[in-house]
Amino acid sequence: MTEVMTLLGNGLLQAFEPLNLFMIFAGCLAGLFIGAMPGLGSVNGVAILLPVTFLVPPTSAIIFLAALYYGAMYGGAVSSITLGIPGASTAVATVFDGRPMAQKGMADQALMAAAIASFIGGTVSIVLFTLFAPPLANLALKFGPQEEFALMILAFATFIGLGGDDIPKTIFSILLGLVMAAVGFDIISGKPRMIFFDLVEFQRGIGFLVLAIGIYGIGEMLWTLETTKGSVQVQNVKTTWARFFDNLTKIKSYIATTSLGSILGFFVGTLPAAGATPASLMSYGLAKTFSKDPDSFGKGNIAGVAAPEAANNAASTGSMLPMITLGIPGSPTTAILLGGMIIWGLRPGPLLFAEQPDFVWGLIGSMYVANLVTVMLNLALIPIFVRVLAMPFTILTPIIFILCFVGVFSTTDRMFDVWLMIALGLGGYLLRKLNYPVAPAVLAIVLGPLAERSMRQSLIGSRGDATTFINPVEHPISLGCIIIAILLMLYPLILSMRKKRAAANA
Amino acid sequence: MSTRNAELLMAIGMLVFSLGLMWNIHSDGLVIGWMEERGPGSGLWPFWLSLGMALCSVWTMVRWFNGTTAESRDESPYMDPESFGLVVISFVLLTAMIFLVQYIGTYLSVALFLGAYMRFVGRHKWPQTLALMGGSIVFIYFLFEWQLAKYLPKGLPIFEDAFLWIDNYRWEYLM
Repeated sequence: MTEVMTLLGNGLLQAFEPLNLFMIFAGCLAGLFIGAMPGLGSVNGVAILLPVTFLVPPTSAIIFLAALYYGAMYGGAVSSITLGIPGASTAVATVFDGRPMAQKGMADQALMAAAIASFIGGTVSIVLFTLFAPPLANLALKFGPQEEFALMILAFATFIGLGGDDIPKTIFSILLGLVMAAVGFDIISGKPRMIFFDLVEFQRGIGFLVLAIGIYGIGEMLWTLETTKGSVQVQNVKTTWARFFDNLTKIKSYIATTSLGSILGFFVGTLPAAGATPASLMSYGLAKTFSKDPDSFGKGNIAGVAAPEAANNAASTGSMLPMITLGIPGSPTTAILLGGMIIWGLRPGPLLFAEQPDFVWGLIGSMYVANLVTVMLNLALIPIFVRVLAMPFTILTPIIFILCFVGVFSTTDRMFDVWLMIALGLGGYLLRKLNYPVAPAVLAIVLGPLAERSMRQSLIGSRGDATTFINPVEHPISLGCIIIAILLMLYPLILSMRKKRAAANA
Repeated sequence: MSTRNAELLMAIGMLVFSLGLMWNIHSDGLVIGWMEERGPGSGLWPFWLSLGMALCSVWTMVRWFNGTTAESRDESPYMDPESFGLVVISFVLLTAMIFLVQYIGTYLSVALFLGAYMRFVGRHKWPQTLALMGGSIVFIYFLFEWQLAKYLPKGLPIFEDAFLWIDNYRWEYLM
């Protein structure tokens, strides 16, 4: 424990270095802005701005992106409350009570509750992160390729079991991402694979950033243009100091649900397929269940704003736990962060704790600082963000498109990748319209090379014996992961059989 | 086209794509099984994953025929007629910007794209449009070429020369 405190102290010192502190402020501000824009969330911000982070050292870069992730979680509530459109899917549950509150002229109260709940959620989850990360990383140090591969299977299985999307389409999305990751030179034999139309550009493979920016930049904007039809209605927000202090006294009415939502959010956030959206919905459900006045939910209950906001912030920290300790991202945003770490020359996983303590503890320290900075910026800048939301889509859309183009080109130096980004963005948009989930594909393209390598290493080590993954003596952890993965994959089947039986009995 | 028809068409398209991937791996002569003393062949991973994609597409088609998926029962238009025009014009303008990069370079095409979008799609006033067009050029040049030292395409030699002049000025007086 003392060692953890010392390392955390070092991390905090690092977070307070001028460059890192600047990065925290810049990341929080960018995140608040991006999160507040309808349809745009942390994943879009991290994907589009990742190329810009090559300007600074890796520690400062991850601090910026993590702060952006945080800020976006806070910012999502702004558009949910004032526009009635979730800033991102993670803020969907905030609309349920946030919008009715705004319509009753209580937008400032809802925004403050969201900010304070986000702060509590963030703080609780960072403390849990600090406690859980070192032992988990120590355990993961014992992992061989079998365990690594089994963990990745488990990560994909969570999408099938808990993702809530169409199962064949989810599996298709995962496999598509894995196949795209295999394009280019084989990592072991060096042979070129899937060089479509003999285009030499495919020899370098399909970069994860090209897919991520395509889907979360181009595809997302096309999706938002279609769903909002390019116009939004901003609800007025009245802010005075008297109302501010009056709103502060209302904390006690939602502190219990906020605390519960924070803990729930953290643990749900660690699961790759779950993350902030289901965490916030579950937290909302829980708050309603335990409320003395459940009928007021959906009509402007302040606890209905606080509970999901605490959970989505806690989940964003939770999703970083498996990324930092195991090298398995807990959300699409952390999948892009993980890809960024590979570009920065770091190998994500348990060795990070041993080999790059400055990086890991600098990030953890920055989370504490970023949480504080974001709540202050959020409370101070609410009126400005509301004004920014009135920015027409006809300005925002071309700016995002330009950032996508310049961002991809500056990372890969190839116009081919820019065209590929557009094609993948359009493809992702058309698939998403038919309920094909796109997040598993992004996760898969990041994990694909690691998954293939660990599978082949395992098979080479066992001389082709595929049972090596389920050997209870040599690889009990791998066996455990695969059993859980199978159970997760069977879970929707069991659920539908139960439903059918219940329908037959009724 | 209805959402119902779009789902079937997409599943067929994805099936053909998956089979095409498998054919591509096979025709490249990549080993899809175990190689004695050398381990798994380099085609093993992508080939069997592509087969999985093909099976998922067939599974979706079966669900479509049974009317299990929500989309297979949805007769509403696949593209929302109200916003279809906006989506298409945005995509066409984006594609035009990327196409023009090779001729007039990044900066001019970015400015033209922004101008066209703001003026003709958004009906914004000229001063606001021109300010953002100029601002975008300065921002991209400053962040990417200056700070990140990234070379962005400049197009035909005449535009390349113009930027050489700006670069020289920067190196001589501002560095």
